Amino acid sequence: MAYNLKEQLNKPERFEAGHRLCAGCGAGIVCRAMMRALEPEDKAVICNATGCLEVSSFQYPYTAWHDSYIHTAFENATATASGVEAAYNVMKRRGKIKDNFKILAIGGDGGTYDIGFQSLSGALERGHDFTYFCYDNEAYMNTGTQRSSATPRFANATTTPAGVESVGKKQTQKNLTQIVVAHGAPYVAQTTLIGTLKDFHEKAHKAIYTQGPTFVNVLTPCPRGWQYPSELLPEICRMAVETCVWPLYEVENGEYHLSYMPKKKLPVEEFMKLQGRFRHCFKPGNEWTIEAAQEYVDKQWEALLAKCN
Amino acid sequence: MSIKDRLSGNEAIATAMRQINPDVFAMFPITPSTEIPQFYAQYVADGKVDTEFICVESEHSALSACAGAEAAGCRAVTATSSAGLSYMNEMLYVVASSRLPLVLAVSNRALTGPININHDYSDSMAERDSGFIQLYAENNQEAYDNYLQAHRIAEHPDVRLPLMVCEDGFITSHALENIELEEDEAVKDFVGEYHPENYLLKSENPLAVGPYGVSGYYMEARVAQAEAMKNAKRVILEVAADFEKRFGRHYEFFESYRMEDAELAIVLMGSSAGTAKVAVDELRAEGVKAGLIKVRVFRPFPGEEIVEALKNCKAVAVLDKSEGFSANGGPLFAETASAAINLEKRPKMIDIVYGLGGRDFTVGHAKRVFARLAKIVETGETGPIYSHMGQRDLRKEVQ
Repeated sequence: MAYNLKEQLNKPERFEAGHRLCAGCGAGIVCRAMMRALEPEDKAVICNATGCLEVSSFQYPYTAWHDSYIHTAFENATATASGVEAAYNVMKRRGKIKDNFKILAIGGDGGTYDIGFQSLSGALERGHDFTYFCYDNEAYMNTGTQRSSATPRFANATTTPAGVESVGKKQTQKNLTQIVVAHGAPYVAQTTLIGTLKDFHEKAHKAIYTQGPTFVNVLTPCPRGWQYPSELLPEICRMAVETCVWPLYEVENGEYHLSYMPKKKLPVEEFMKLQGRFRHCFKPGNEWTIEAAQEYVDKQWEALLAKCN
Repeated sequence: MSIKDRLSGNEAIATAMRQINPDVFAMFPITPSTEIPQFYAQYVADGKVDTEFICVESEHSALSACAGAEAAGCRAVTATSSAGLSYMNEMLYVVASSRLPLVLAVSNRALTGPININHDYSDSMAERDSGFIQLYAENNQEAYDNYLQAHRIAEHPDVRLPLMVCEDGFITSHALENIELEEDEAVKDFVGEYHPENYLLKSENPLAVGPYGVSGYYMEARVAQAEAMKNAKRVILEVAADFEKRFGRHYEFFESYRMEDAELAIVLMGSSAGTAKVAVDELRAEGVKAGLIKVRVFRPFPGEEIVEALKNCKAVAVLDKSEGFSANGGPLFAETASAAINLEKRPKMIDIVYGLGGRDFTVGHAKRVFARLAKIVETGETGPIYSHMGQRDLRKEVQ
């Protein structure tokens, strides 16, 4: 059945309005779309790393989640999910539960690329049946935009501020999607929040309904950290894709498939100029930063295309 | 009918686990507790249990996986020691405050540094305020018996707190002793099935665990947790009473050994008690009114009850097998002394830190402690309140 956003939005909401995420935050969109990707008859347990999403969606005594939800700490959403999955297996085997449950884990880039990396890697290797969603907003946003290993080079983060002697973060980001692929996970995808969310929905559904550990990396803008007016979120996501800063692709059993080929690859500054975190790059004398960013994106893009062929 | 066997402490605990057949066991190896999951892995391999056995990539993840499993509605267990317990630290508090009654077997071992694999209590004493119930064993039999009682205490609706079953690393964990095991069916009947009221995988009623608790709610959660720890005192005794009725072995918060008319007493924990009891017997034979208290339950701390047992003594030495670096004595002393603070007439009390990193504790050491107590009574002078015993250079020691 073809994807239709209107039909999708008619499904009962499983991530409820009234949460405390900022206006213009991508994480809420990720959660709603993630829950829509579940078949209505399937139940879910969401395992959430500490972060904006956790403090905003489950502040006692309110929860935005209609399904079961567990948060324990920052670095262990996947280890916690491993335990939930083990419990599901044994309870199912012993006839204690009848319904089908899907185990979903979700964390920001801090809880996924950095402090949660060990537990993610361990769970991928063990092959538990779960889907991990990383809402990658490219810095530690809950604590106030400190740089993470997902922060792009030249971004002005509070621990890599631009200044007279600095043009922002010095290092390029970790390619976590491909690191997950290297674990041999059966399904890995990269997506973001564009158009009717068709790309997100199809990848999320495929990930959730593929047996074994699966991973969806979602570029998720943060209005405070990236410094943009909240209504620009869809445009920024679109530019990330059109400039090939964040290519859309999926990897099934090691096979790379490009999901979208831009008709005309736009210059990286079209993505950067929408965001205050790159403002210093456009100052006279800093032109080289945009050139270096372009060079990096081109190289990454070529490498990805080579994998997709 | 009990079964006589000869087992190490680790195998005794693994046997108790096998008889209980928990739903999920998440493991990460660390000396000296590693044998527990090793024995268990063999039970899984041989089809003696049908537990989900997960080999995770760290102790932090072991406890995190147990937290997920327990919250999901299962009985979850793990085992660790020393640095492994320290690495679990964050999750110990999370598990306790989330009221997840899982059971953690600890083979106590010194903390680094220098790195050392032998016994003292620095690992579990560092976690004394984590919200876990802590049971300590003198020998392999007690380690086994404590484990059999653990799940029932932890899971009791008035408690719902996680529990550490502690045994002395190597001394208890690895030494073989004669032991009485109970029949599998009798154990299953005593421990019972786990039926939590709410859990993640309850289809008809989803559950949310681990909220953000603002100042307006946080304190109520902590007070409820503190009340649960108080309730644990009652439940520990109830479970011990049922255990004795079924299996004949008697347990309390602590063991009082020849304390009825004791004037000089030692308070200590674990395997050292066996050694110190010999000293008590020998001194009693010489007419010295010596006695001993061996603490089995450190959390909740049975302060009132210990003080009641000590109140008629003239001098008491608390023996701490961990150094708390408070410059004011070890943790067992701090608890015991503060419990005695409101007694009208209380014994003189000293603290002796001993046995760190597996340093030997002999009958001679125990007798030296009683000699110090006798001198305190004779002179009326307490002398140094906090000192170390068993150092290489005897000249450094308080005699």
